[in-house]
Amino acid sequence: MAETTGTATPDTVVQDASDDGVRRRDFINVAAVSAAGIGGLAVIYPFVSQMAPSADVLAESTTEVDISAIEQGQAIKAVFRKQPLFVRRLTPQEIKEANDVPVASLRDPQTLAERTKEGHEDILVTMGVCTHLGCVPLGAADGETRGEFGGYFCPCHGSVFDTAARIRKGPAPTNLEIPDYEFTSDTVIVVGQS
Amino acid sequence: MSFPWASQYEPQNPLMKWVDEKLPLPRLVYNAVGAGYPVPRNLNYMYNFGVLAGFCLVLQIITGVILAMHYAPNALVAFSSTEHIMRDVNWGWLLRYMHANGASFFFLVLYMHIFRGFYYGSYKAPREMIWLLGVVIFLLCMATAFMGYVLPWGQMSFWGAKVITGLFGAIPLVGEPLQIWLLGGYAPDNAALNRFFSLHFLLPFVIAGVVILHIWALHIPGSTNPTGIEVKKESDTLPFHPYYTAKDGFGLGVFLILYCLFVFFMPNALGHPDNYIEANPLSTPALIVPEWYFYPFYAILRAFTFDFILPAKLWGVLAMFASILLWFFLPWLDKSPVRSSRYRPLYRKFFWVLMADLALLFYLGGAHAEEPYIMLSQLATAYYFLHFLVIVPIVSSIERPAPLPYSITEAVLGKDDDATLDAQAAAKA
Repeated sequence: MAETTGTATPDTVVQDASDDGVRRRDFINVAAVSAAGIGGLAVIYPFVSQMAPSADVLAESTTEVDISAIEQGQAIKAVFRKQPLFVRRLTPQEIKEANDVPVASLRDPQTLAERTKEGHEDILVTMGVCTHLGCVPLGAADGETRGEFGGYFCPCHGSVFDTAARIRKGPAPTNLEIPDYEFTSDTVIVVGQS
Repeated sequence: MSFPWASQYEPQNPLMKWVDEKLPLPRLVYNAVGAGYPVPRNLNYMYNFGVLAGFCLVLQIITGVILAMHYAPNALVAFSSTEHIMRDVNWGWLLRYMHANGASFFFLVLYMHIFRGFYYGSYKAPREMIWLLGVVIFLLCMATAFMGYVLPWGQMSFWGAKVITGLFGAIPLVGEPLQIWLLGGYAPDNAALNRFFSLHFLLPFVIAGVVILHIWALHIPGSTNPTGIEVKKESDTLPFHPYYTAKDGFGLGVFLILYCLFVFFMPNALGHPDNYIEANPLSTPALIVPEWYFYPFYAILRAFTFDFILPAKLWGVLAMFASILLWFFLPWLDKSPVRSSRYRPLYRKFFWVLMADLALLFYLGGAHAEEPYIMLSQLATAYYFLHFLVIVPIVSSIERPAPLPYSITEAVLGKDDDATLDAQAAAKA
């Protein structure tokens, strides 16, 4: 049994080496495994990419909001990328309160001017998503509490935002996010592009 | 579970030794598809299709799980969610075409695998269990493919679901209540679509389970080979790795070229345009046929047009199921002790006649239900059953097989030093 028939013995194997000493078989081996590896990696790309937002989701990624009907001190909720968007017209009193706070004393130092567009300092556009864990803060709809700083109050874990929607108290790490937006006219903003 | 000369897994690395003691998974792989699994040295390319079928199953499961992330199994939105996959989801068109053509290629590979078994007698002792499990896998694949085809909820999906569940309506007494129970209604609707989706997701994993049993059963006697004679000694075999990993790798490359040709250049060639029309319960498409891989069985179903003791409808259904269930009995219908058609001159001829008959049934299954196709279907169906029930048993008892080589080694090299009386006497002593 030990004697095997017909197994090639080393002296009959053709060592097909080219001048630079690369064996043909090694070359084919490396080439085949590399092609399979690169091919495999190329296939992973669409399998990963399919989980990113699809075309219909991206088509909804800008929102137009008409702000003409918002009165002083009133806020409205709109929807931007399936999330609440707060648009609020601040009263002179609220603007003053926001500007009176020493910026250096804030957890996330920003002035009201930095959080609004030039010429429209009374229009505060923020995401209605608490920066702590994503609940919707109260204060945008009629009759909801605005918290002790007159802005927004998140009922989930008690974060309190001021009239510039800056975090003043509670666990939220940063101010309410300002999305990219621009005024396309005096009364219309488009959120999602800048 | 393997031949005595199989190389043993001996990890050198201390970490691998540690793993081997706790969970010998690398050892299992080594003994299954590694150097520890000796395989007959003379396997030809027909023996690639097992690995290819496994590849297709994995491909279908991966693309299918991804498609399920974007598809909604609700009759109101199923069709539009399929279009959503095609138009909106990143690379969704690619994933769906891979899955749809993957099903076709899966069946192509399965048919080649099964016909290989017919030709080389792979179903014979001691490999009957491998064969039986294989038939189970094929039936599960058919059920899975059918239910998957319903999901896009196009016209062919809907009418396919109606016709196939209608088969169960042919069963006497319980037929109609059974069909209503299967559909969860009087016609395919949301209830049917939802359960088909659930089962279409489940069954591939059942198939994977039976595939493991199929491979487990295979690894006890080892693969058959084109000579049909059993492995006698080490020189009859080669280690699976690197010899058959390389050969299967080459086969996989050829397979992928063909597959990509369809996926990228003619993704709808194997489908029906009518399935891009949303399901309409009030209008049947002019030509209602299944996917190509069911054509032969569909031809058998339609071949029965007259009542004979039982209603024609029931005959068609019985014949269609029987045409596959017959395969379960093949190991006992074919009593010839010689496995391979290479040494069975008479059986080999009838094998090719069967292939021609199946080719005809493939053609007829896709044709309109009108003459001369109906009569041809009847003749081809009759021959199909004649082959398995009459020709195979008779041939296996009257045929004089050609002389077999002493060993695989002799078949390959033309001589085997052990194949002399002196050598065998010496081996006994």
